[in-house]
Amino acid sequence: MTYETPVATAPAAARAVTPPTRKEGGVLSKRRGAVATVIMAVLALLWLFPLVWALINSFREYEYTQVNGYLSFGGWTTSNYEQAWSQGNFGLHMKNSLLITIPAVLLTLWLSSMVAFVLARFSYRFNLALLGVFLAANLLPPQALLIPVFRMFREIPLPYFMSDSGSMLNSFWALILVNTAFQMGFCTFVLSNYMKTLPYEIYESAELDGASVWRQYWQLTMPLVRPALAALATLQVTWVYNEFFWATVLIQQGDKLPVTSALNNLRGQFFTDTNLVAAGSIIVALPVLVVFFALQKQFVSGLTLGSTKG
Amino acid sequence: MTHLDEAPRSEKTEKAVAPAQGREKKLPGRDRLTVIVMVAVPLVLVVLLVWVPALLSVALSFGKWNGFGDLDTIEWVGFQNYQDIFTIYPAFWPAVQHNLIWLGFLFLLPTVLGMLLAVVLDREMRGSRFYQTAFYMPVVLSLALIGFIWQLFYSRDQGLINQVFHSEVDWYGDPDINLWAVLVATAWRHTGYIMLIYLAGLKGVDASLREAAAVDGANEVKTFFQVIFPVMRPINMVVIVIVVIESLRAFDLVWVINKGRNGLEVIGALVAQNVIGEATRYGFGSALAVIMMLISSIFITIYLRTVFREERQR
Repeated sequence: MTYETPVATAPAAARAVTPPTRKEGGVLSKRRGAVATVIMAVLALLWLFPLVWALINSFREYEYTQVNGYLSFGGWTTSNYEQAWSQGNFGLHMKNSLLITIPAVLLTLWLSSMVAFVLARFSYRFNLALLGVFLAANLLPPQALLIPVFRMFREIPLPYFMSDSGSMLNSFWALILVNTAFQMGFCTFVLSNYMKTLPYEIYESAELDGASVWRQYWQLTMPLVRPALAALATLQVTWVYNEFFWATVLIQQGDKLPVTSALNNLRGQFFTDTNLVAAGSIIVALPVLVVFFALQKQFVSGLTLGSTKG
Repeated sequence: MTHLDEAPRSEKTEKAVAPAQGREKKLPGRDRLTVIVMVAVPLVLVVLLVWVPALLSVALSFGKWNGFGDLDTIEWVGFQNYQDIFTIYPAFWPAVQHNLIWLGFLFLLPTVLGMLLAVVLDREMRGSRFYQTAFYMPVVLSLALIGFIWQLFYSRDQGLINQVFHSEVDWYGDPDINLWAVLVATAWRHTGYIMLIYLAGLKGVDASLREAAAVDGANEVKTFFQVIFPVMRPINMVVIVIVVIESLRAFDLVWVINKGRNGLEVIGALVAQNVIGEATRYGFGSALAVIMMLISSIFITIYLRTVFREERQR
């Protein structure tokens, strides 16, 4: 599931970002409440367990766990991280991920906000069809496009200062563009719904002031949709960082792989040492977990943007 | 792109289609150019990288091509590829079966569980935030990473499961069980995702509806099925589409484990195998891709119709 399917039904984007104050689904009776709490607590701990287990074992010596088994306690060390970091070449792969993710997210937000603006600001006959073109692209299985895209990129030459592979294949440019093309649908949809909640009068007065369409977009609309942009940016950073399929098939030079796809090779390397796998997992998870905890609200509102009926 | 100039120009169409916001006048030339560029640049990108390749996949599926020579080295064979897939390609039917198991499993366990969690957590409950965080934390992780993490449980020699039960099962390697091992790992992530969607959907359920039901003496279960569930209908529709498409796209997990072989064949992995595997069979791979595309297009249509119906109602 490289590309998260967009969740988008009846949108009330503006309200989704600042959650509506409303009564929750009522208070449970005392006994039922207690039962529900116990079940929830057990399930929640069960859900946290894999990550906690990875975290614990990432700090344990391989020799210790080999002798005493994993159900023991002790053998603490940080050497797994040092070893995983250097052996997995994480510094390089993290840099690759960064060089792909940041431009892809910025480009996606910029391009989709332009389409969204046109969709929200004007009501052309083709609006719905246009939205459909972007949204459906978001849902197509990427495998269905693999062969032509792969072959096309092999044919497109790039100057060497852009990619040392000399073609779009094995270049970051390819991944940036493909990710952007796929993610635009969701962002366009969310942003245009958000923009539709802005009062139309602001455009009328802007027009009276003689503001061009571009200024209405860049200087009037964009600042107003900042909450939605922030939510989408959070979401997109995690999605593009997590993208696996395209990076796996379009990048064949191991040193150019972003982190998520590099896991494929690491599995063979770390195969014999589970503690190393644990440390590697935590390293790869850390950036998205940091984003998640720092911007949890943005993340959740981004995912659910447009899926509440207000 | 010609429509772009025409649409706002003719008054008739403007009146006919103009909904609430159709108040724009004819734009001055420079602004019209701006609008065209604003739409055209993203459109070109999505058409070139998604829609043109989609059509090319369909075309290629009728040929035989190793992908190395020029386009004129393609040998056109009609429906031969499809026929081969359905009759002699050994991996195809197992893959279909696995995708269907994937779909059924996702529906029966994580989807239902996610919905129930959402219904419970929607209540005023102490620690609701904490529980929600716990359930959707795996959602931010990639499936490739999840396959990696679960190796800590599934590894034959060092995995937790075998250590606890003193068993010697190769959970990822044994073709009879590895699919189920993978599905459990998927469920870990999928449940939180579905929960999140329903939580958002439940916010739309009017609290007074529920109170009215409670006053009428309806119990929890009854309230759920008679009041809440019907209100969530559009969400249910979207969830169905999501689950189907996710199951069809299944790729990352199986690829990171064994490149989709040995009990983990899924259609998505077969396509990739035919392109970046040992043998490059572009026509054959394209035919597989087209099969995926056809199945997904049914559900994409359902999805778009649901979305656009909501859109028009606004």
